[in-house]
Amino acid sequence: MTLRASTIFATYTALGLLLLAVIVIDSSSRSVTDRQQLEERRTLVKSLSLTDLVLFTDARYTRHPSMADRHTPFQDYPLSLEHFPSGSLIPPPPHVRSYGKY
Amino acid sequence: MANIEKQRAIIDFTLASLMRRKGKNAALLVVYTLVVAALASVMFLTKSIRSEAAAVLVDAPELVVQRMVAGRHEMIPLSYVEKIASIRGVKSVRGRLWGYYYDPVFGSNYTLLVPQESPPEEGKVAVGQGVARSALAEVDNIMPFRTNQGALFTLTVARVLPAGTELVSSDLVLLSAGDFKTLFGIPDGMATDLVAEVSNLSEIPTIAAKIARLLPDTRPIARDEILRTYDAIFNWRSGILLAILSGALLAFFIFAWDKATGLSAEERREIGILKAIGWDVGDVLMMKLWEGAALSLTAFVTGVILAWLHVFAGGAALFVPVLKGWSVLYPAFRLTPSIDLMQLAVLFFLTVIPYTVATIVPCWRAATAAPDSVMRG
Repeated sequence: MTLRASTIFATYTALGLLLLAVIVIDSSSRSVTDRQQLEERRTLVKSLSLTDLVLFTDARYTRHPSMADRHTPFQDYPLSLEHFPSGSLIPPPPHVRSYGKY
Repeated sequence: MANIEKQRAIIDFTLASLMRRKGKNAALLVVYTLVVAALASVMFLTKSIRSEAAAVLVDAPELVVQRMVAGRHEMIPLSYVEKIASIRGVKSVRGRLWGYYYDPVFGSNYTLLVPQESPPEEGKVAVGQGVARSALAEVDNIMPFRTNQGALFTLTVARVLPAGTELVSSDLVLLSAGDFKTLFGIPDGMATDLVAEVSNLSEIPTIAAKIARLLPDTRPIARDEILRTYDAIFNWRSGILLAILSGALLAFFIFAWDKATGLSAEERREIGILKAIGWDVGDVLMMKLWEGAALSLTAFVTGVILAWLHVFAGGAALFVPVLKGWSVLYPAFRLTPSIDLMQLAVLFFLTVIPYTVATIVPCWRAATAAPDSVMRG
């Protein structure tokens, strides 16, 4: 007996939707290992007083975006253009743009 | 029951009709799936980084005080500690010693940091996984550095930081205060910046304002700003990645719009014949609705699953060359999935709904015309 096309389509879609549900449920209830690793990272951040994630290590303002100063774009000479690719991926942090807040 | 059987028959007919133009429809399905996968990958990656930053950086320093000289971040004298500590509401202040070191041998940038609690002994370092990988360093290996005077300065690797902490420690080299000062020639009584703890977190903006008034050459950065930085940077609506993707998305919309709105002569003839043999307008529209739904649902489900595998099982391998930039030292992306129904709903309404609706309109026009005029074209 050959399967009807509608049966194959319905089965594929139902399985796919089930997998999507599993993805959502899985991300909202991560395993104990993940929570342990998160705790490990938090402990390290606290004990070393870290301020940033290690995402881009090519320039100091991409390694520590939250510590970047207002003169970052002009570090080489006035009007110099951004030349690190990751500098184009990340916009300036909000507190750098809100000049004179304090 | 009869209705279900009717719908199944319409789906059978629709799928058979799609299979008759399999080349064109397969190409559409592949492009559609890839667009959904690319868009979902960006959403998953940026959301996970934001969630990770929010979860991990809640323990970042409450207030960091930097000194600025001639527009640059400068070393701060430890005499500022007392001045800041005298502000009401400040619980404690201490200096942080940290900086960057460029390793010309491996072409990598390291972040050198002196831990406040239990720093390594003199002559020893603890390194992050990224440093260990990049410099091929293992425990008891020697790492050569050059001091600010150009002299060779070797330190022994005492420990490699755990792999689970890589997202915050990949490029770290932890060393003692004495070694740090020898390496960079930093005089006593200076620190890279200061970190302050406050008694009442709601007073942080007031204390920051007081510090800026008391010490005008300093710039206070509150923890809230550190957290907002990552929220703003990895907002999926910002960044060049979305700019690139929006080009692909627009190209797809044009492709899908063209495919969905312009009925081919063959499709028009098919609708004419169906009407001539007794299908009513509702049945023809239902068939077209199923056609759009079959293509877009399949593309959506497959695209989202592919994106999940790409970002969380494959370490976002396709984005890494873009994200890496000029970095030689780079953390292995082991992100915790952070996906919610809202994200999937946004993706669904951005991809499935427009396509399905676009298939209905031209078909309605053809289906409401007389069969003979449709067949004649």
